[in-house]
Amino acid sequence: MDRNRTHRNRKRLFRLLHLLAVFLTMSVICIPGLWIVLNSFRPTVEIMAKPPVWTPSFTLEHYRAMFGGAGEGGVPVFDYFRNSLIVSVTSTVIAILIGMSGGYAFARYRFRGKSGYFVGLMLFRAVPGVALSLPLFIVFARVGIIDTHFGLILAYVAMNVPFTIWLTDGFFRQIPKELHEAAEIDGCTRWQAFWKVEFPVARSGVASAAIFAFLTSWNEFALASQLTRSVGSKTMPVGLLDFTAEFTINWGGMCALAVLMIVPALILTFIVQKHLIAGLTFGGVKG
Amino acid sequence: MTEVNLANVTKDYGSVRAVHGIDLGIGDGEFVVLVGPSGCGKSTTLRMIAGLESISGGEITIGGRLVNDLPPRERNISMVFQNYALYPHMTVRENLGFSLRIAKADAAAIRTAVRDAADILGLNELLDRKPAELSGGQRQRVAMGRAIVRHPDVFLFDEPLSNLDAKLRTQMRVEIKKLHQRVGNTIIYVTHDQVEAMTLADRIVLMRDGHIVQVGTPLDLFNAPVSTFVATFIGSPPMNLIDGTATDDDTIRLANGLVVPVPASARGLLQAEQKVQFGFRADNLMPAGHAVQEDGEMAELDLTVTLTEPLGTETLLFTDVAGTEVQAKMLNPRPVRPGETLKFHLMLDKCHVFDAISSQAIRS
Ligand SMILES: Nc1ncnc2c1ncn2[C@@H]1O[C@H](COP(=O)(O)OP(=O)(O)O)[C@@H](O)[C@H]1O
Ligand SMILES: [Mg+2]
Repeated sequence: MDRNRTHRNRKRLFRLLHLLAVFLTMSVICIPGLWIVLNSFRPTVEIMAKPPVWTPSFTLEHYRAMFGGAGEGGVPVFDYFRNSLIVSVTSTVIAILIGMSGGYAFARYRFRGKSGYFVGLMLFRAVPGVALSLPLFIVFARVGIIDTHFGLILAYVAMNVPFTIWLTDGFFRQIPKELHEAAEIDGCTRWQAFWKVEFPVARSGVASAAIFAFLTSWNEFALASQLTRSVGSKTMPVGLLDFTAEFTINWGGMCALAVLMIVPALILTFIVQKHLIAGLTFGGVKG
Repeated sequence: MTEVNLANVTKDYGSVRAVHGIDLGIGDGEFVVLVGPSGCGKSTTLRMIAGLESISGGEITIGGRLVNDLPPRERNISMVFQNYALYPHMTVRENLGFSLRIAKADAAAIRTAVRDAADILGLNELLDRKPAELSGGQRQRVAMGRAIVRHPDVFLFDEPLSNLDAKLRTQMRVEIKKLHQRVGNTIIYVTHDQVEAMTLADRIVLMRDGHIVQVGTPLDLFNAPVSTFVATFIGSPPMNLIDGTATDDDTIRLANGLVVPVPASARGLLQAEQKVQFGFRADNLMPAGHAVQEDGEMAELDLTVTLTEPLGTETLLFTDVAGTEVQAKMLNPRPVRPGETLKFHLMLDKCHVFDAISSQAIRS
């Protein structure tokens, strides 16, 4: 009786601690985002106010200004958005095609120096992007692909391929080799066996790799800020800098553009997430 | 007509030889079981026949056609894998019809073929489920269905029952045998379980360390094992083996001092003082009064029972002969207490003699 009660109390305490931990973690993750969204709808005076204004007022002035003419604090939102989209989508598609092939090769085939290659790819990830920006800038400037979509796409593909290989390698490794063998016995060529059986089974894994690659490119700033100059190639993260002047920062405008940046990423993640969860069913394979 | 022929087939993994020059002819419609302990090269051999593993040496023909360099899809074979390897993203219907879809058969033909296979294996209720929603036995059935849909020349099975529980295993064993009687195709079946081999095979191929040890009907292997390895691998319980020494007057002195005449099949083949192993099955060592056949040569032994295993129609009696555990069988069982000493009859014409050094049977 008594033991039962202490047991129940302890269980309740653990539950409480658990909730608290979840709350703290989520706060750390969500509050900055929330702060951005809220500030994008507040007048500049309120953002800067000290002490803070607790009851926020609502205004669309930052959005109006952003889409307005260059004189009234407007920025070429559509151009930046288009650049971001072209660069991110193209680099993601290419990185996935290359990365998936690589991941599959690492998972299925034995070849000389395999582990060496693999470690090499991972080491490449250890180099900070900023450190690469100067060498890349010089090389790109010489070759003449500075300030172009192509240059940025090239950089992002190189950045995303190792991670994509690592991720898809893991997913293909989980698929027993008997699946493609069964397909080959059922009449497939090696190529058909991959596209009709292994790829559909690993689809969710490839989708998550794509999401990672896309978000990396979409949010990347360090390289883009060096490799792009003009409205014709600047991406949204670089566009955020338009709101900084020599002595002032237009926080409201910056937040408004940031919101425009977050929304597509959120929507995309949301769509793909269903795949990620519904995906990994290897039920047909193991007993 | 689909004979399968292996001529001096070898498989090397790097510098390791997994299969050492196997010769094997399999007749049309024959059910051949490759059996042996784990790691002996059964799967490797089967996978070379399937085309999933390259052939390091020798030749394999299927239906008279050399297949060494043909990919699996051109060998017209089906294979059932140990882990079933069902396509997890397809329904049972799609799994069954997959090979025909790849072959670009028309929709009506696929429907008919899938329905026929589903009828044979009782899968009609499951056609719209995904493999993840099936039990182990049902998955096994789907895997077999997928194999029969395309009417292959040869069925290959790689330990298809080892992921099932004991009861289901017995049940599926019967179904596989029925399937063979029904479709009559050549079947090559791999297992490490001698009971499966005995019950299913027209012919058993017993392998060890990449070599074939003995080929023959189940009764051949049971009644005339070529070595102590075969004698102890085939049959349950394994054959009893007692050390002994040949004398110069056609008798063998067993380790416990008992002197028995050399079995007729080995008479005249032993040298004096040759070290041998004397083998007999539990069925041929019976408590006096329990033997089925009382004619023929018999030796009498007094043995102390150490343990009993009642199995219903018979009881296994564990005894000890000069430090070697020996099992005897008691038909018409009566309760026996450990420690009891009984008089046993050993049927000498059913005994085997093996050379102690080479382990090979000595038999004319
Ligand atoms: N891919 C491989 N690489 C190296 N050795 C292998 C490979 N596949 C099997 N072997 C070796 O070949 C031998 C036979 O294996 P296998 O045919 O799978 O045995 P089993 O009779 O249990 O099916 C084993 O010793 C195994 O270690
Ligand atoms: Mg095996």
